[in-house]
Amino acid sequence: MESKVLGRIGPRVAKSGCAAAGSCGGTDEQLAHLPEEIRKKVYNHPCYSEQAHHYFARMHVAVAPACNIQCHYCNRKYDCANESRPGVVSELLTPEQAVKKTLAVAASIPQMAVLGVAGPGDPLANPERTFATFRALSEQAPDIKLCVSTNGLALPDWVDELAKCNIDHVTITINCVDPEVGAGIYPWIFWNNRRIKGVKGVKILIERQQKGLEMLVERGILVKVNSVMIPGVNDEHLAEVSRVVKQKGAFLHNVMPLIAKAEHGTFYGVMGQRGPTHGELQALQDACAGNMNVMRHCRQCRADAVGMLGEDRGAEFAMDKIETMEIDYAAAMPRRARVHAAINEELAAKRAGTVHVPSAPPSPAGTKYRPVLMAVATAGGGLINRHFGHAREFLVYEASSQGVRFVGHRKADRYCGGGDTCGDGESALAGIIRILEGCEAVLCSRIGYEPWELLEQAGVQPNGEHAMEPIEEAVMAVYREMIDLGKLDAGHDAMQSKARA
Amino acid sequence: MAYKIIASQCTGCSVCDPECPNNAIREKGGTFFIKPEKCTECIGYFDDPQCVVVCPVDDTCVIDNSVPRYEARV
Repeated sequence: MESKVLGRIGPRVAKSGCAAAGSCGGTDEQLAHLPEEIRKKVYNHPCYSEQAHHYFARMHVAVAPACNIQCHYCNRKYDCANESRPGVVSELLTPEQAVKKTLAVAASIPQMAVLGVAGPGDPLANPERTFATFRALSEQAPDIKLCVSTNGLALPDWVDELAKCNIDHVTITINCVDPEVGAGIYPWIFWNNRRIKGVKGVKILIERQQKGLEMLVERGILVKVNSVMIPGVNDEHLAEVSRVVKQKGAFLHNVMPLIAKAEHGTFYGVMGQRGPTHGELQALQDACAGNMNVMRHCRQCRADAVGMLGEDRGAEFAMDKIETMEIDYAAAMPRRARVHAAINEELAAKRAGTVHVPSAPPSPAGTKYRPVLMAVATAGGGLINRHFGHAREFLVYEASSQGVRFVGHRKADRYCGGGDTCGDGESALAGIIRILEGCEAVLCSRIGYEPWELLEQAGVQPNGEHAMEPIEEAVMAVYREMIDLGKLDAGHDAMQSKARA
Repeated sequence: MAYKIIASQCTGCSVCDPECPNNAIREKGGTFFIKPEKCTECIGYFDDPQCVVVCPVDDTCVIDNSVPRYEARV
């Protein structure tokens, strides 16, 4: 089968994109069992803490173009400035440029806490460029956390060097622990001057990933594991991956949906391999959550993303603009320290419960109400503070008698395929209503008349009454309202669906 | 006596450059090319030409028919 696989268009790995900085975090509750020392490392990392990602920003520098394996979901030849996914990048940087860009961003966005090298290839397949960047930054900007993400093939060779550069977070993309499963994901690896195809290559990759994971854990370096959920290929296998990596000491698992479109030119895209539905992804994340902390706020960002998760300010910091900037990093450091301290104080207050955390509604006479999904439009800060029409993504929360939990996010804008794939098909609004499937309410700061009507017709109740309120509290308030209005009573759903029919 | 890189297919990822045992690969304008006088098709070094097996885009590093095949000196 490998030869068939190999016959396709080129390209390479991606994996990392989200990995390092890009991605995701667990909730405080999920992190509660971790030792204090690890929790401290996680609290102010936007990619690891669900809370922190509303406050702290991250950036990736694209210094690592080369890769040592081939993944079926990756084609880095294709680069569209309008799309956001791992492995894609607009501008490759030299280590010197990367350092300058990082300092420029950190000076002008004081919330920027984390710098990751995530590609567009595999950072450890470009060790000179990657480590030149890390070495310079650990000297010049000691207040920035450094992360790296990798497919793991070269990892065991570089663990000690990573430790030397004070890298305390590494993300490994592990899509399988069974070579038979992996043969459907990785057509080949480049190993000891040979291209090794199929199961044989995957077996080496898995061994190296697991060894790297163990070595990092031994040295006290935090390891997050990313997995791409590929329906019919590894979806049923990922709970096992979760179990294995937890047992070996990874502290978080980030299960991401496959992104595959024909216009991306990836093997999966061209072959019509579908990605998971929101429901399938959430079900798998819930299954993995039984084993370990699962991240749900990953935005699968680009290997050159800049800003808060879910936003990309990369265009403001293109290299031609950076070159002309005067950066006084020494002057920026105290300001950064003040901003970070204020955010940490707010986060600590939240954790300590001095900021009101909504409690579950009382269930009178033992009535148990079903959980409800709600979408939220936010611009950050943990508040409902974005106009519906301006939202490029929605956070999804589940309200239930257990309280409110974050379950994921949904992108409102479609991936740009360029040319004639842009702008055709469904209207933007119809597309948003489609991605809100399963949500019964959408909370935003304001919303126009037309979308209000269409949302209502689609069974999603728009709600602008909680503008500028903390998300969890507002979601619980709306849940209570639904209970009070009898919307969650046993007979109500049946009545509703009859009325709609 | 050499491989060549089809520039229109080269992604400029640079992965071939450090793998070449003859230091025959150079970059120009964002893509890479092989200096034919330096390329030995990896004969004497590896079983497979390194640029071919490491390149992410299949059929991008190919034999350059405009120059004679490399022959290992005995």
